[in-house]
Amino acid sequence: MEEKFDAAIVGAGPAGISAACILADRGVKVIVLERGEYPGSKNMFGGVLYGRCLGRIIPDYAQKNCPIERNIVESRISYLSEQGSISFAYRDHAFFEELQNNAFTVGRAKFDRWFADQARAKGALVVCSTVVTDLLRDEAGRVIGVKTDRADGDLRAKVVLLADGVNSPLAARSGFRPEVRPGKVALAVKELIALPEEVIDERFGVSAGNGVTNEILGNVTAGMNGVAFIYTNRRSVSIGIGANLSDFARQRVRPYEMIERLKLHPAISPLIKDGKPTEYIAHWLPEGGFETVPKLFGDGFLIAGDSAMLFNALHREGSNLAMASGRLAAATILDAMEKGDFSSRTLQAYGARLEESFVLKDLKKYRRFPSFLETHKELFTTLPDGVSAALRTILTVDETPKKTSQRAAWQAMRSRTAPLRLLHLIWDAWRSIR
Amino acid sequence: MHFVVCIKQVPDTAEVKIDPETNTLVRAGVESMANPYDITAMEEALRLKEKYGARVTAISMGPPQADSVLRQALSMGADDAVLLSDRAFAGADTLATSYTLSKAIETLGNVEPVDLVLCGKQAVDGDTAQTGPGIATRLGFTQFTYVIEVERIDPDKRRLQVRRKVEGGFEVISGALPALLSVELELAAPRRASLPMLIDSLRTPVKTWDAKAIGASSALVGIKGSPTWVKAIASPQVHRAGPRWDAAEGVSAAVSAALDALFSDEEFAAGFVKGWKA
Ligand SMILES: Cc1cc2nc3c(=O)[nH]c(=O)nc-3n(C[C@H](O)[C@H](O)[C@H](O)COP(=O)(O)OP(=O)(O)OC[C@H]3O[C@@H](n4cnc5c(N)ncnc54)[C@H](O)[C@@H]3O)c2cc1C
Repeated sequence: MEEKFDAAIVGAGPAGISAACILADRGVKVIVLERGEYPGSKNMFGGVLYGRCLGRIIPDYAQKNCPIERNIVESRISYLSEQGSISFAYRDHAFFEELQNNAFTVGRAKFDRWFADQARAKGALVVCSTVVTDLLRDEAGRVIGVKTDRADGDLRAKVVLLADGVNSPLAARSGFRPEVRPGKVALAVKELIALPEEVIDERFGVSAGNGVTNEILGNVTAGMNGVAFIYTNRRSVSIGIGANLSDFARQRVRPYEMIERLKLHPAISPLIKDGKPTEYIAHWLPEGGFETVPKLFGDGFLIAGDSAMLFNALHREGSNLAMASGRLAAATILDAMEKGDFSSRTLQAYGARLEESFVLKDLKKYRRFPSFLETHKELFTTLPDGVSAALRTILTVDETPKKTSQRAAWQAMRSRTAPLRLLHLIWDAWRSIR
Repeated sequence: MHFVVCIKQVPDTAEVKIDPETNTLVRAGVESMANPYDITAMEEALRLKEKYGARVTAISMGPPQADSVLRQALSMGADDAVLLSDRAFAGADTLATSYTLSKAIETLGNVEPVDLVLCGKQAVDGDTAQTGPGIATRLGFTQFTYVIEVERIDPDKRRLQVRRKVEGGFEVISGALPALLSVELELAAPRRASLPMLIDSLRTPVKTWDAKAIGASSALVGIKGSPTWVKAIASPQVHRAGPRWDAAEGVSAAVSAALDALFSDEEFAAGFVKGWKA
């Protein structure tokens, strides 16, 4: 007799595994299908996880040997011009104590595997090296399982959770959500640069086990709408850069050239000096925000995480939205189990749960942010050099009266970005995040 | 019949590095996998099972995590799997390993006699190719090494005929069962597990046996039973291909040109003359 599962989850990323943990905990017969050789084998992200969100799923994650690289105690934002860098950094003692592990870095190969092991320990079945190629539907179009690329690969389940990430050939094939358009995703590349632990401690001014995140904006993205980052791991530094996919196509810039340029910038190169690059990976990011979130459920299925485009670009939050959406999807599946009804009538509660949570509230709040960046390319072109030139003029001490140098600074600024454009920028920026 | 397949968990060789200071393999942080030759042996065991009917048991000696290679065997179709795991087994060389595996095969044989043991010709991490022959010797089984094809098994006459790779060609030999085969990669391309088998393999508990369970003497297993010590690891010197003489103009012309070249080396000529006289 063909075996039937209660829930089949596509993808062993943060969204899928979060749901699997909760469902397995409650005795639901759950299977996770992952295309990688092991969970995390093909996954990549910048590197920051949020302890409080993980704690909602595995409260004692730290005791359970979660593979934490460094506890983040300082967050920096740098705005880079051709040769200069304006930075803002915030460090607080609280991040060493009561807010410890508020944010911490991990590597996906280790973390995803660890996370999946937690789900396994709770009774979930995690099957790797298996690609879900399509959804199984009945005559009425209701989803009743998945097809995989293995022999005898059809698998029946009462409900399917699609947690297959942003780049979903499955979405294209089965049409559970529209395919993403290039303008709505970013392409990011990341290098892992190995450095001795003490060298990282010293360069970033942290004690052992603690670390720094550095978001980087400016003309490092060669005029494209994008960001770069440097995060500290225990014995390596993650350096990455990404930009809107249609910008890449338009400007014909190659991602690896961009990361090489970033590594040579005078503000960046000392941080990674003498490091050995050990890994290079590329990945997409769903950047379209609220406007691109698809319908999140249907008869017999739910969508969570990146697959549902749940990503907050402004705050670099994705893993936590994935975990929260996975958790809320699991809660909805538990209700459906109780009712014995897996139609969209019951599953629609998932949509409501997301609306009430920070997930959709935040995305709604920032719904204008993606288009703000698209329409204000000066952020990535003329503005960085303008601000840099202005500051340089003000900081040059040569007996020029302040009034004169301040006027020159303003001149340096406005010659690159027109005052009206600046006003526009400030106004639109405020509106986009209000 | 009863077939036993020996499978070793090895570091993913694509990533293996040697620590230049200690001359040992750097295993930290390296992914592991099943030794590819052993998976070929597993595949062949399954094909023979399909043809002649048999029970296939997979065994592996290793730490508790090595159960993953046994699950792989189960997902392919092994009927049973046993992990030989004991702290005392750690640090084994090929002598101790073949002892331990042969004791396990004996133990399996007490329940159901073993007709055929299959293993890879070598493990990709150590490349010694000694463990298979070591097992056969200890068990008193006929051994067939470097097997590229199993041509025939005759269960009634209890004989087996294989094709094996030898330098410059192959050899067809036959011998009596019980036997041990050490196999080459070209023997059989491993199958991909079906979804139901893969799911089952994840649920099947893997038996674990310690030294006591297989009646192994503690003096002969693990580091205690391993007289080998590694003095140094070195890469073999790479010899450049020597000169070649084209025989298109006739063989004798090419040979005499080659001899002229050889004897133009005075040291060689002197040595040759000395050897000739002796
Ligand atoms: C460069 C970069 C930096 C980032 N930085 C951060 C950060 O610092 N902090 C943060 O919180 N977020 C960050 N993110 C976002 C974060 O990585 C994602 O939001 C998060 O991983 C989404 O989780 P998920 O489970 O939805 O999808 P994923 O993590 O993408 O997991 C999907 C899984 O599904 C599997 N899969 C896909 N298709 C199939 C199929 N057909 N069959 C079987 N399996 C399949 C995949 O192999 C994968 O394991 C970053 C992303 C990128 C690209």
